Amino acid sequence: MTAAPASNSGWERLRGWFLLPARIWMAALFAAPFAIVIAYSLLTRGVYGGLGLPWTLENYRRVFDPLYLEIGLRSFWMAAATTAICLLLGFPLALFISRAGRRKNLYLQLVILPFWTSFLVRLYAWMFLLRDTGLINTVLQHLGLIHDPLPLLYNNGAVLLGLVYGYLPFMVLPVYATLERLDPGLEEAAADLGAKPWPALWHVILPLSAPGIRAGGVLVFIPALGAYLTPDLLGGGRTVLIGNLVQNQFTTARDWPFGAALSVGLMAIVGALVLLMLRREREGLL
Amino acid sequence: MKRCLGLYAAAVYLFLHVPLVILAIFSFNSSRFTVWQGFSLHWYRAIFQDQELSESTWNSIVIALAATLISTVVGTLCAYGLWKRSSKMLSGSLYLSLVTPEIVMGISLLALFQWSFRWLDWRLGLFTVILAHVAFSIAYVVIVVAARLRTLSPSLEEAALDLGATEWQAFRFVTLPALLPGIVAAALLALTVSFDDYVITSMVAGVDSQTLPMVIYAMARRGASPVINAISAIIVVFFGALVLISERVRES
Repeated sequence: MTAAPASNSGWERLRGWFLLPARIWMAALFAAPFAIVIAYSLLTRGVYGGLGLPWTLENYRRVFDPLYLEIGLRSFWMAAATTAICLLLGFPLALFISRAGRRKNLYLQLVILPFWTSFLVRLYAWMFLLRDTGLINTVLQHLGLIHDPLPLLYNNGAVLLGLVYGYLPFMVLPVYATLERLDPGLEEAAADLGAKPWPALWHVILPLSAPGIRAGGVLVFIPALGAYLTPDLLGGGRTVLIGNLVQNQFTTARDWPFGAALSVGLMAIVGALVLLMLRREREGLL
Repeated sequence: MKRCLGLYAAAVYLFLHVPLVILAIFSFNSSRFTVWQGFSLHWYRAIFQDQELSESTWNSIVIALAATLISTVVGTLCAYGLWKRSSKMLSGSLYLSLVTPEIVMGISLLALFQWSFRWLDWRLGLFTVILAHVAFSIAYVVIVVAARLRTLSPSLEEAALDLGATEWQAFRFVTLPALLPGIVAAALLALTVSFDDYVITSMVAGVDSQTLPMVIYAMARRGASPVINAISAIIVVFFGALVLISERVRES
């Protein structure tokens, strides 16, 4: 490269500032708020729900209370089940799209489309179908199949359904990306060597798409673990997950230090998962 | 196997789209119950008569436009800056902001604002919502613009420099135009995530800054109303079109 002429130095100096607005914004409105939460998590709850001294680790100890541990485990299992079902639904779909030839883009957009419309609207769509006076119960009653409405909404199953519905694209996209990069000759080679389509899929394609499955798994598991809106609307307060517990501590229960400790714990898990994924995959998004 | 796969994929697509289609169909139902009684635009008219809805929609539009403008500028500069010189610290925090559970981000922003009120004379309102929305939109903008930047060859700018352009000219007349589709797509994405957000917004909004998702949430909590179906249908069609446009632009 040629040496930059003198007139460039102004621009180069200017370019050095390009990262500054993002740095300031992320420091002031992402890092600082979280630092405050960490500080709160070490304080004691005041008499009227405020914050007070002394500094303590008591809030972290309370996280392991059987009552809260149960909520934590439930969230963990819900997130794991969501991930597993998303894989079950998402992998074949990604495979289908990767083999769709000219229509690939169309099929891909059909996956992305509901995803970007509105999370709230998509949850309401399920409430509309599942509630006691919802479409499914109304139809079943009109057909005379049931007398009393089935309790479809406000239970664990409804929450699981909502989580799968919400995060399925997070699984499909990375799996599709790895399948897309596979050499089509691989399958032909497997076929030439006498492998039937299903064994070839199981022994060749599936292992090779592991990076995509791992990425998709993390991308589904993380938001499912910290989900708040889905259990709130579809669980109706019965299915309390970590996210709802955090929200509850900051609003109704007014125990900010404990809510803060829960948040820090949740972020620790999320951060660890992301680090684990980044370490395995060389190519990042940024 | 091909047939099996096709059928399976069709079923998954139905699962993804049928709930929204049914929701939209029933927005044209003349009855307020989930029994079809005939076509009517009644609920769409009801939207425009509802003052709470129009006020909150207006708030949402103002917030989304402001947050989009700021986050697109900040994010684009950041993506270009990172392209020239990487920063582990900054990309790390951008990544982290993407995966932070919304409720955690919401309560930590609330904690920050509450804390700042001890020294600063302001309160929760449109302004705090905009600050929060920019905070979670920047990462989206950076990722979309960075993806576009990676498709550009660095030798493009070098060629411009060799031909006598200054670095500024190389940026202004070579890189920026090539980046434009990515910037537009990023802005549309930021607009969508900002307009749609409920969780973080509900934590940092004040009494006079109710947004559309907050009103929809309250209505959904109260019980079924075909008005929600009608608003939902409008939102789905509008943002669906926006996403399709953004995809087109990004591919071009």
